Amino acid sequence: MNPLLRVTGLTKSYGPVEVLKGIDFKVAAGEKIALIGPSGSGKSTCLRCLNFLEKPSAGEIHLDGERIGVRLGRPMNDRQLAPQRAEMGMVFQLFNLWPHLSVTENVAIAARKVRGLSAREARELALDMLAKVHMTHRAAASPQELSGGQQQRVAIARALAQKPKLMLFDEPTSALDPELVHEVLKVMEELAAEGRTMLIVTHEIAFARDIADRVLFLDGGRIVEGGPARELILSPREPRTQAFLRQIRH
Amino acid sequence: MTELSTFILILEGLLAGAGVTVVVTLVSLLLSVSLGFVLALVRQFGKRRALHALIDLYCEIMRNIPALTHLFILYFGLASIGFRLSSIAAAILGLGLIGGAVTCDLFRAGFAALPKGQAEAALAVGFTPFQTILDILTPQAMRIALPSLGNYAVQLLKDTSIVSAIAAPEIMFYARSMVTSSFQTTLIYTTVALLYLALALPLMQAIRILENRYGRLKA
Amino acid sequence: MNRFIQPYVDNAGEWLPLLLEAMGKTALLSICAFALSLVFGLLLAVCRNTRWRWLERGVALYVATVRGVPLLAILFLLYFGLPGAGVTFDAFTAAVLALALAFAAQVAELFRAGLMAIPAGQREAALAVGFTPYQSFTLIVLPQVVRISIAPLIVTFVSLLKDSSLASLITVDELALTGRAMATEYFLPLQIYVAVGLCYFLIAWPFSLLSKRLAPPAAR
Repeated sequence: MNPLLRVTGLTKSYGPVEVLKGIDFKVAAGEKIALIGPSGSGKSTCLRCLNFLEKPSAGEIHLDGERIGVRLGRPMNDRQLAPQRAEMGMVFQLFNLWPHLSVTENVAIAARKVRGLSAREARELALDMLAKVHMTHRAAASPQELSGGQQQRVAIARALAQKPKLMLFDEPTSALDPELVHEVLKVMEELAAEGRTMLIVTHEIAFARDIADRVLFLDGGRIVEGGPARELILSPREPRTQAFLRQIRH
Repeated sequence: MTELSTFILILEGLLAGAGVTVVVTLVSLLLSVSLGFVLALVRQFGKRRALHALIDLYCEIMRNIPALTHLFILYFGLASIGFRLSSIAAAILGLGLIGGAVTCDLFRAGFAALPKGQAEAALAVGFTPFQTILDILTPQAMRIALPSLGNYAVQLLKDTSIVSAIAAPEIMFYARSMVTSSFQTTLIYTTVALLYLALALPLMQAIRILENRYGRLKA
Repeated sequence: MNRFIQPYVDNAGEWLPLLLEAMGKTALLSICAFALSLVFGLLLAVCRNTRWRWLERGVALYVATVRGVPLLAILFLLYFGLPGAGVTFDAFTAAVLALALAFAAQVAELFRAGLMAIPAGQREAALAVGFTPYQSFTLIVLPQVVRISIAPLIVTFVSLLKDSSLASLITVDELALTGRAMATEYFLPLQIYVAVGLCYFLIAWPFSLLSKRLAPPAAR
């Protein structure tokens, strides 16, 4: 079976600094993958390269058989990239909700302007998505009035409204107060149970263990080790993985 | 006569007014900043409501009426009831009084930007409220206000050109009297622009240095 | 005090129509100049963020020059100076142009500050949901810039309104010039210039109040 996402030889340099040194992995439809690793390991950069928010220096990314960011051998600009990005939902560490729009509008606007839904259809879709993240009661609120956990749930709804083939989560709970982490993880758990394809950069090791099918451990811009979640986290083979997990537990 | 020698003649003529321009700028800047600082202190830390209202009224009057009108009131208006000010004195007083309102706002913004903890910490270690304001809060507020004060100084330098309208003998005044006796209007006013620019550039450069050094404190 | 007030009572019938008409002229001058400076300013701000280095440099140079040159010099150069170079404007046009050119630089700086105040994540999130760069700018970035800039823009308008008084020095018959003419005719400069000041205040103050109401709480 063809994988939904195929990443081969992905590298990324900023000037002389090589942040990603050749990343290869595949994601099958419906698979949940957690990317873990110490800060500076390149896991966020890797995720941001997938929808070309960072332009990779080399390597190929294919989503559903289609090459991302390159057409007929030439790099695509942001305008050409737009429809490809719409296929991937992205959830940011700092939520990045748009403060001048209401919660509902944040979720509905892309459906209207990118996919051409009518205002009414987009609104209904938005309310459906907000129900999924248990935020219907704040549909009319402004993002600034919400707690961090609530904002992140709305951001998840915004990404879901794209009807994406793949969801990208970039440390979705890192900016949250500890007591707000749980509500976001719970929503993500529910999405996982629906069989969505999810790629999650996270520091929540227990969450990764319980929810992911596979875990990839990144360090120094490479995948050091990858495997079934439970196995990798409970009995890592590589010394660097062992050291990292030991540190995290204490 | 070649263009160049005309230019030099014009420049010489204008430089006769440069001294007055600089003096009016500096003295009214001094007046502005002192007045503005006192107003800001009273408005920010004073307890008298009536005084606050009075300062607010003063600032609104200064802020919402053109400098030209203020100068005419001071120079022509007061003279008509017997208070005769020299044109330079009226210029300095007018620009200084307006500037007091402007800098009052800048200082207040500086004080307002300080976290509450700064005053609390000072009081906690045993400073009196007066010491707290003067020794702890003021130096920080000054730093925050410095870049915008610099911008104001540039604005003030440019605004001194207005006082030519009450015949204060600064650069623009000489330019205008030169124009009536020659046909070189384009060259004269271009030279005027260049001369002000030459005076403003060092000031602007100083502001940029200050901004780079203190800009981070702004947030 | 009575001696100060009495002339107003005696001359109200003659002064009021004159001042009202002049206020209209001042308002017209200010509005035309401000509208033009918004257009120029937005253009300058956009040019300052392009790929073309020389255009960026040119705009930066323009902004720096206008910051360092008095409005009065620009005004005289346009009105008295350009005829020497073969270009002639009527006084009103020259005043509108001079005000617009000078304030465009300020407007451009405001827009630029507004643009820089929008976190990069805002645009990233817009691109991530599939917006084109144009959509990201018009739907997500620009509305926020406008919201941030509106209060300082109103303050800028009040400055422009006040500076429009300089047009009196090139014979535009607005409020300040009307005041001068009245002062010589009635020989009551104090009363008349105070009245002129009040007229400016009446136009400018509502805008000053509005700008304070619209400013974000932190800046209040």
